Amino acid sequence: MLPIIFVLPILQLVILSNAATFEIKNIKFSYVDHDKTSFSRALIEKFDASTYFNVVAEFPSKKEANAAMAKGKVDVILEIPRYFERDLLKQKNTAISVAINAIDGAAAGVENVYINQIVQDFNKKAKVALSSPSDTVNAPKDIVTIPSFWYNKTLNYKTFMVPGILVLLVTMITLFLSGMNIVREKEIGTLEQMNVTPIKKYQFIIGKLFPFWILGFVLLTVGLTIAKVIFDVPIIGSLGLIYFYTAFYLLVVLGMGLFISNFTDTQQQAMFISWFFVVIFILMSGLFTPIESMPMWAQYITEFNPVKYFVQVTRMVMLKGAHFNDILPQLTKTIIYAIIMNGLAVWSYQKTT
Amino acid sequence: MKNNNVIEVENLTKKFGNFTAVNSITFEVKKGEIFGFLGANGAGKTTAMKMLIGISKPTSGKAQVAGFDVFTHPEDIKKNIGYMSQKFALYDDLTVKENITFFGGIYGLSRAKIKEKRNELVEELGLQDIVNELVGSLPLGWKQKISFSIALLHSPTIVFLDEPTGGVDPITRRQFWEMIYKAANNGTTVFVTTHYMDEAEYCDRVSIMVDGKIEALDTPKKLKEKYNADNMNDVFLKLARG
Repeated sequence: MLPIIFVLPILQLVILSNAATFEIKNIKFSYVDHDKTSFSRALIEKFDASTYFNVVAEFPSKKEANAAMAKGKVDVILEIPRYFERDLLKQKNTAISVAINAIDGAAAGVENVYINQIVQDFNKKAKVALSSPSDTVNAPKDIVTIPSFWYNKTLNYKTFMVPGILVLLVTMITLFLSGMNIVREKEIGTLEQMNVTPIKKYQFIIGKLFPFWILGFVLLTVGLTIAKVIFDVPIIGSLGLIYFYTAFYLLVVLGMGLFISNFTDTQQQAMFISWFFVVIFILMSGLFTPIESMPMWAQYITEFNPVKYFVQVTRMVMLKGAHFNDILPQLTKTIIYAIIMNGLAVWSYQKTT
Repeated sequence: MKNNNVIEVENLTKKFGNFTAVNSITFEVKKGEIFGFLGANGAGKTTAMKMLIGISKPTSGKAQVAGFDVFTHPEDIKKNIGYMSQKFALYDDLTVKENITFFGGIYGLSRAKIKEKRNELVEELGLQDIVNELVGSLPLGWKQKISFSIALLHSPTIVFLDEPTGGVDPITRRQFWEMIYKAANNGTTVFVTTHYMDEAEYCDRVSIMVDGKIEALDTPKKLKEKYNADNMNDVFLKLARG
């Protein structure tokens, strides 16, 4: 069991951190060029040169392009109208049509941004090429934004994801193990033996919590080491603060696991219920999707999600170098949560039925 | 406690919904006695026993075990009793030694006392070779003997044995009963349920439960006379068949 507890999460951390990317690459790009001029070719070349797009096909007509989209062979169709170059030169104005496969809405949005960037860039250069010196005086200046990305300068998604996935693994393992623990003793009969002894309820629960509490710390340590060594994730803040927070966080998860364990009769039931909560916790933690964009009622629910706080705290401390005072709101809520969950765990453990 | 009784039960009843598992049973058990608690499967033996050891709340009636009321002081009862269930219930993934230390600790024995008891136990049962082996790897007979010894570790007033010899070979059963006698000689009261009617003969007194009620309670000898039977098996069959 012990190797499983360690090997599987490490594999998950390595695999998931590499795979769970928000970057969209290798977009299957196709075009219909009705113009076939140097301008239209220049635009297509710009897409070809981009690392995001693979130009996979040129179609003679929109109809064929649409058929290819329907088959899933292309993600983006760029249609350059006839007289593209002429209109641009004479009227300084033209339109091109872009069709994007939006089954994955988020990806489509990102693709749209990429396409716009390329077209804007092309536009700027075209303007310079087309404008006469007299024009530049009168031409309205574009407003250019120059972003500077804080806390994750290179927008490396791994920097963002690794702390989150680490949190998730620590949560899952400790919840599952503690969730199945008491119920396992029910199944093999040792719990009845314990109930006949004068052991106090809180002693029993502490005895059950403690090994998994330690295990949680070991997992966190292994995970942080991997984050640093393999993914080179910056750890700007204090490691001590992360461990301090984790000490309380683990109590929440373990209390929850023991509470589940007390209410179930078989390990299967406990596993099912643990899964139910884990899936909700993960998807509503802000790990993959920002909480701010959830509907209001869902945002209220996330207040009860301990994983949300842990994700926030690790990201804040590791990436922003947050101090004790910065994580105080999360810490307070976690401590209250821990007291409630362990209170429930002790209360629901009945020695006498 | 009057008359040296360590267990006193009066009209004890346990209902699960509409089903009455234990129906108003009354009996007492004297100190140092080996008390056989017999009955067919589903007669209510285990339920009755669970009430006496404080892990199941009775619906009504009165019961005192080791001087404590089962309704109000179940945790005090637990300090003064030992229990061995029909399901083997030591920790399989601990060694014999670790199990002894663990249960000794739970009953609040000091380290020195645990060590002393452990050495005693190893000596008595001849456990020298297996004391550091995982309990899970031992044959059932050994497990049951160790289990019984651990139930006696804290020198309880009463030890409750729930079908302790189920699935055990005749030689081990015999050894097991020698251990029971020894415990009784040392003044421990033994409350034992069993399916084996020959074992019932070894008891000082025997009660036979049928459908949640105690139908007979006396020494094996008197029961045999009363029901005009050669052995306890016949007594049981006569009672159980109505």
